[in-house]
Amino acid sequence: MDVGIVSYGAYIPRYRIKPEEIGRVWGVDGKAMGKGLFINQKSVPSPDEDVVTIAAEAARNMMARVPDVDPKDIGAVYVGSESHPYAVKPTATIVAESICATPNMTAADMEFACKAGTAGIQVCMGLVGSGMVRYGVAIGADTSQGAPGDALEYSASAGGAAYLIGSENIIAKINKTLSFTTDTPDFWRREGMPYPKHGGRFTGEPAYFRHVTSAAKMMMEAMGTKPEDYKYAIFHQPNGKFPTRVAAQLGFTNEQIAQGLLTPEIGNTYSGAVPLGLASVLDVAEPGDRIFVTSYGSGAGSDAFDITVTDNIKDYRRENAPTVAQRMAKTVVIDYARYAMFKDKIVMPSSE
Amino acid sequence: MRDVAIIGVGVTKFGELWNKSFRDIGIEAGLKAIADAGLSGSEIDGMFIGNMAAGRFISQKHIDALIADYSGLASNHIPAVRVEAGDASGGVAFRQGVMAVASGMHNIAVVAGAEKMTDMDDANVNLILDQTADAEWEAGMGLTFASLHAMIAQRMIHDGIATREEIASFSVNSHAHGALNPNAQFRKAIPIETVLKSGPVATPLGLFDCAPISDGAAAVVICPLEDAKKYTDSYVKVSAVCQASDTLALFQRDDITSYEATRVAAQNAYRIAGITAKDISVAEVHDNYTVSGIMALQDLGFFERGKAGKAVLDGETRIGGKIAINTSGGLKARGHPIGATGVAQIVEIAEQLRGSADQRQVANAKYGLAQSVGGIGSAVTVSILEAI
Amino acid sequence: MSSVAKEWREIPGRYNLEGSKCPCCGKVYFPKRNMCPVCRRESIGKMEPYSISRKGEVYTFSIIHDAPDFTTKLKPYAVAMVKTTDGIMISAQLVDVDPADVRIGMPVRAVLRKIKTDGPDGVIHYGYKFVPDE
Repeated sequence: MDVGIVSYGAYIPRYRIKPEEIGRVWGVDGKAMGKGLFINQKSVPSPDEDVVTIAAEAARNMMARVPDVDPKDIGAVYVGSESHPYAVKPTATIVAESICATPNMTAADMEFACKAGTAGIQVCMGLVGSGMVRYGVAIGADTSQGAPGDALEYSASAGGAAYLIGSENIIAKINKTLSFTTDTPDFWRREGMPYPKHGGRFTGEPAYFRHVTSAAKMMMEAMGTKPEDYKYAIFHQPNGKFPTRVAAQLGFTNEQIAQGLLTPEIGNTYSGAVPLGLASVLDVAEPGDRIFVTSYGSGAGSDAFDITVTDNIKDYRRENAPTVAQRMAKTVVIDYARYAMFKDKIVMPSSE
Repeated sequence: MRDVAIIGVGVTKFGELWNKSFRDIGIEAGLKAIADAGLSGSEIDGMFIGNMAAGRFISQKHIDALIADYSGLASNHIPAVRVEAGDASGGVAFRQGVMAVASGMHNIAVVAGAEKMTDMDDANVNLILDQTADAEWEAGMGLTFASLHAMIAQRMIHDGIATREEIASFSVNSHAHGALNPNAQFRKAIPIETVLKSGPVATPLGLFDCAPISDGAAAVVICPLEDAKKYTDSYVKVSAVCQASDTLALFQRDDITSYEATRVAAQNAYRIAGITAKDISVAEVHDNYTVSGIMALQDLGFFERGKAGKAVLDGETRIGGKIAINTSGGLKARGHPIGATGVAQIVEIAEQLRGSADQRQVANAKYGLAQSVGGIGSAVTVSILEAI
Repeated sequence: MSSVAKEWREIPGRYNLEGSKCPCCGKVYFPKRNMCPVCRRESIGKMEPYSISRKGEVYTFSIIHDAPDFTTKLKPYAVAMVKTTDGIMISAQLVDVDPADVRIGMPVRAVLRKIKTDGPDGVIHYGYKFVPDE
């Protein structure tokens, strides 16, 4: 049985802040910082948005494109995020309710730093492939926090994408998935702490690069492919620099990664990053296009996917929901004061 | 059913009465009305009190017992009833009192209305006011009470029923009259620019389109018409007191630029009184927002739809004009202590009809009308009083 | 602090604009009603769930400048009565729009947003708001 993507949907909040504005507040050359990270601006959620609302909108966009799929046939909903609004109480139930998929289904929240979304896709593949469910929904979404003044503040942003995984009318077949996982504490957030901490330069070579290149090489070896066999490649993008460098190391060109590289304009959407990059590729993909995907989650692991777009994409109702490019076109740039208010960094009086 | 008369009226000053408690103002108005009626107090056999939210504003429920007690009437063990109908609490309390006397169940009753709002901070007061509309599906979704009225105004302007200036002019009318009322919260006439340039509350409405937060109380004493002469020479007849309901939420109406409850209550009241809108020479209407006042003038039949705003702008609703509207200053200038408002309107009309309205006196008024609105037109009372 | 149960039982309406339809006269109500005010007794026990369209247009609106504190961070913010494509009227906030751009007749669609939060340790209440449908 072929298992793959039946539908997808993306969501990115409309507000943006620029690195130079963040740098202005902290006495840092923000422009240079942005240049170094390959980040021109990052998305900021509205005060009434969180992972639930982002995931719900992405999921509704996903369902809008497959009007013939009965939401009651969805057997599983997984939301991957490192910024679930509740420490205890699932995001996934709220999202499932918002697409009318409840109650005959299973649901859970996932957390694996930036790769919880792709982990959800793998779980859904297993459930569909084994015949346990007809459709599974996997969502990666985040409203990530970077500590004020920390390097992460220039990149941590908000957004997400949802995937309907199934075996009928798939628009993209997932030929294979595999993972490379070790215990590598490069980035973490302890229970009850508002901001994550990271190992600085330790997040690079032994963490991001080792895991991404290992998973990618394992995939190409298993599939007997070379970089030039793929039309598009998407790598996890904590900034613009890492994926560009890792692509070059592996032998992928800038043309292959351009369509799926969103971080320069929206920042690092964490669990949403690779799912959004893949959504951007699927927005333009044509039958036969082969797509190479490798996510990365700190802590640490990488999930690789080898995907081929099918003929079904020709009849697929992409136009029923906004594309990633459309979501990125209408933006409102805010200053740091408004950003601080939106992100709950201002102490407010208690109400009633 | 017996005809009913108003034989005494009393009202406190309306405003921010920092040194007066709910108990103080409730008693003050009641005692004034009893004294005005020439009664000792022991003749009274029932009390009806309009109050919207003492349980929230001053954390005191059971204010019917409280008022009876502090009026010195608890020792007579007379029944006391608190009536709540949002902003129309006073108007509905008046109707309950009139029905009780008309039916013969009571002979002499006090109808009072009181609200003490300034013991609570403005933000929480506004949250409570929002609850008089649909608390779940309007206030609960982030719509303020002001914004509901603003959306009516927006649609009226869009449909060409009234202009922004015409709507604003209602506040000018109320303030012009409030300047003449010693008990009004605001005693200052204002030009229309003051309204148009006031800070926005919910566009298109600004601060001067909105009635203030107020403390105050009002009371009337009623008895069978045939007995009125026994107590006083100065009384008025209650010709009709009608009430109608509509949906709790504004968005569930087919037409949001008119209150059907006002139209129905008014039609019934005119029929019972045996008159038409043309016979009314003085009226108190519920201008909690300017736009409500404009709607009232149309729904009560004083002006055609689309012509009320211009009439107000042209001064036709001033004392001495075609019909004197809100001679007390209305909710906007006299003040709007919720539960007291409907009763204070009755007090004003009674004063006009018995010729005791001093500087605000309308000449030769035979019939007067009071309209009290609960929520966003969800409950409306229309009362018609007649000079004897 | 609002009641958890009170909000929970309204989830179908709050998340998915689920109203009810009278099988006798066909009229649709939002929020849902257990009895059709037109058909009354005939409709009791027969009212059917009805999913109202998430798309519509602004029938009237206001920009709120003075609001209770749960919306402080979005002030000034727009509210509107929206007429959905199936003709049902719904009142809600209108977000992701410059207040100066709001117009009667503008196309909008319903999205899921946070409506209010019961403090930092309470339940988060989600529900519909509208955004420009472009």
